[in-house]
Amino acid sequence: MASTPKPEEILKINYKPPRTRWMDTPVEFKPGTFCYGAKPDNLKGLGLPNPREWSPADEDWKLPENWKEILLEGLRERLDRFRSLRVFMDICVRCGACADKCHFFIGSGDPKNMPVLRAELLRSVYRKEFTTAGKILGKIVGARELTEDVVKEWFYYFFQCTECRRCSVFCPYGIDTAELTIIARELLVLLGCHIDWVVASVNNCNRTGNHVGIQPHAFYDTVDMLCDDIEDITGIRIEPTFNRKGAEILFIAPSGDVFGDPGIYTFMGYLMLFHELGLDYTLSTYASEGGNFGLFTSHDMMKKLNAKMYHEAERLGVKWILGGECGHMWRVINQYMDTMNGPADFLEEPVSPITGTKFENAKSTKMVHITEFTADLIRHNKLKLDKSRNDHLKVTFHDSCNPARAMGLFEEPRYIINNVCNNFYEMPENTIREKTFCCGSGSGLNNDEFMEMRMRGGFPRANAVKHVHEKYGVNVLSCVCALDRAAFPPLMHYWVPGVEVSGVHELVGNALVMKGEKEREEDLRGEPLGGMEDDE
Amino acid sequence: MGIGFSLLIAIVLVLVALLGTSIGLNALFAVVIPYLAFSIFLVGFIARIVKWGRSPVPFRIPTTCGQQKSLDWIKHNEIENPSTKMGVVGRMLLEILCFRSLFRNTRMELREGNKLVFIWEKWLWLAGLLFHWSFFIILFRHLRLFMEPVPSLVELVTTLDGFFGFGMHSLFLTDAFILVAVTYLFIRRVVIPHVKYVSLPADYFPLFLIFGIALSGVLMKYVYRVDMIAVKELTLGLVTFNPVVPQGIGAIFYVHLFLVCVLFMYFPFSKLMHMGGVFLSPTRNLPNDSRAKRHVNPWNYPVKFRTYEEYEDEFRKFMKAMGLPVEKDDSKEKS
Repeated sequence: MASTPKPEEILKINYKPPRTRWMDTPVEFKPGTFCYGAKPDNLKGLGLPNPREWSPADEDWKLPENWKEILLEGLRERLDRFRSLRVFMDICVRCGACADKCHFFIGSGDPKNMPVLRAELLRSVYRKEFTTAGKILGKIVGARELTEDVVKEWFYYFFQCTECRRCSVFCPYGIDTAELTIIARELLVLLGCHIDWVVASVNNCNRTGNHVGIQPHAFYDTVDMLCDDIEDITGIRIEPTFNRKGAEILFIAPSGDVFGDPGIYTFMGYLMLFHELGLDYTLSTYASEGGNFGLFTSHDMMKKLNAKMYHEAERLGVKWILGGECGHMWRVINQYMDTMNGPADFLEEPVSPITGTKFENAKSTKMVHITEFTADLIRHNKLKLDKSRNDHLKVTFHDSCNPARAMGLFEEPRYIINNVCNNFYEMPENTIREKTFCCGSGSGLNNDEFMEMRMRGGFPRANAVKHVHEKYGVNVLSCVCALDRAAFPPLMHYWVPGVEVSGVHELVGNALVMKGEKEREEDLRGEPLGGMEDDE
Repeated sequence: MGIGFSLLIAIVLVLVALLGTSIGLNALFAVVIPYLAFSIFLVGFIARIVKWGRSPVPFRIPTTCGQQKSLDWIKHNEIENPSTKMGVVGRMLLEILCFRSLFRNTRMELREGNKLVFIWEKWLWLAGLLFHWSFFIILFRHLRLFMEPVPSLVELVTTLDGFFGFGMHSLFLTDAFILVAVTYLFIRRVVIPHVKYVSLPADYFPLFLIFGIALSGVLMKYVYRVDMIAVKELTLGLVTFNPVVPQGIGAIFYVHLFLVCVLFMYFPFSKLMHMGGVFLSPTRNLPNDSRAKRHVNPWNYPVKFRTYEEYEDEFRKFMKAMGLPVEKDDSKEKS
């Protein structure tokens, strides 16, 4: 694995476009800027084509003999299936408004990371093969031949897009690079050209129920250990149930919250909250993944993984589903789930058993976001909260891309944070809400071999955190996304040391006053609470 | 290459019109080409929209730019994140009439080597807005050539547009605006390195063409006066399918008309189709209501997933060891 250059090195960003025209500038697979290729076993496990040993850095990608035919047929099929693709192929005027909106362009200066050019990588082939003008006029209208080098270029740059949709906010026609990246990756996987980090996770999730590949007994054990930690801190023993039939609610969180630091503290927060409410809920080891790396592979894989949620809810006979804090999970639930795997007519319209609030906005999918659920509890005064237990934290909030731009979840988490913390500071206006900057590791790019690009792509986000860190002393970056919780710790360590990363429900867990708890001296991480530090 | 090539094409087009009329091909330029151009435009435009329309919209993928509709007491942004069709209409109107998204534009700068700043940058928005609105109003004013009597709304718009007249002539504000805006859009394309880097001949050509159209129009009005009565005779003849070719209109008119015809013919095959496409953009024209309302994907086909049964079959032993409930208890079967 390549060592990541120092921040000073990375900041020498050259924004000057190269002398050679982009079609004549070949891609260079430099360690640290690309992800490893999908391993044959993982492709096989999912029945995906062309399983073989290969590396993107290889000269020969061992493509199937009729690769060109496969790609063009795949593209044709998708043009007929997605109006988005057709329209986005035709209407871009190359105004350039999107250019400096992409975190990868800002962090790398590579012009092919401008959303407009990323899309042109695909458009150029579309024009050549599917438009009369392109066939006749070629380069004049921006058309080019599909070659193996183009496939390599697609792989490089469509795995340097995190599908964050920031560019689509600024585009006058709403051209959404995420949509194009999703489709381009779907084309690449037809040739077996995908990244292992994603395909391995999908394969795991398909088999064991979660991306990390944890089997039911280990899942149970891990949650049990988190309950031990909760007991140490609060004196209260929580016994969550698993795969329990007849529970009112099925709770599904991203598996990152169960297995990864600092996500585990958020998971502890969920468990404490449900315990305090006496909620009739169950966890599932089968549907033990909220996230969906299928979204980063193909529409089929997304549907395949997502199907488990309804399947399990039906089997258990629950009334509705509550979902944890995860970004792309909520893109799938909000924009795809019901259409792909619904109708969920075996479930009931979600109603909070504590407040009686009907979640009208989720009456068809029957799935509620936990910040919607908790905000409603707080609004109805159902929780006893001691804000001062978060006084040792100065908190800012990162709007995760998908809940922001594919859902519009802005106020719910902020309302909660403001009710559990005394010190909350917003980052600058151009970097939050719909204009939020990606962590730089989304869409399945949060692997170690991609570290240089992750640090580059995360730079705009980190820079805004640095601003509030220096101005207000912010020391916690909170978020509602498990990928963020995995990606931010190294990013903060790299760009803004001294800032920890937390989920919103970790902060809830800290502030939540539970019946019969012992006097808390530590937060969920075992750090001394504000005012509890030794006086020196 | 792109700029020179596109400019050359534009110049050749002007010369073609001048040459053609000088050798007496007036009927070709006054009647045949306009009919042809308009037909190509109409058929091409509709064909393109139909082609787009034939591909379904399988999923609801609006880009949400404001607070979703969730809990009653949370203020919801119906325009930036519509939950209803009415909201979508509002969002689309803002987008199409005011270029809402472009208005968000900023310019990024890396200062002191390590500070990202986002600078106010509305010039592209302003130039775009001026350009499109001027073009629209100019087109609207031209209705006077195709209607007799001239509708009062056309008269009114013409009067307002020409309010700031000088001397004998009214000067149309939109004429000035469109020339300035097109010039700005061109300069911007050349001067900003990244925009230049992504620009194709197909980006410069329409700018030259439209500049040529506007300039020839202005010259015709303010410098080389053409016989407007003859022009109207021609245009009315065209719309009533009773074409006549009046004599002595002046070459500049034919240049103007020919460039307009080329624009019409070029339109359906080019990026100019963004005019139609913006209405069909699924990230803008759909409500964000897919959790409240089920939407159907017309090509939704089943995808095999791993069922709970298959899962339990693989892990039953471990599940039982942990005391997790199972559906099938094979130990009981055996006993």
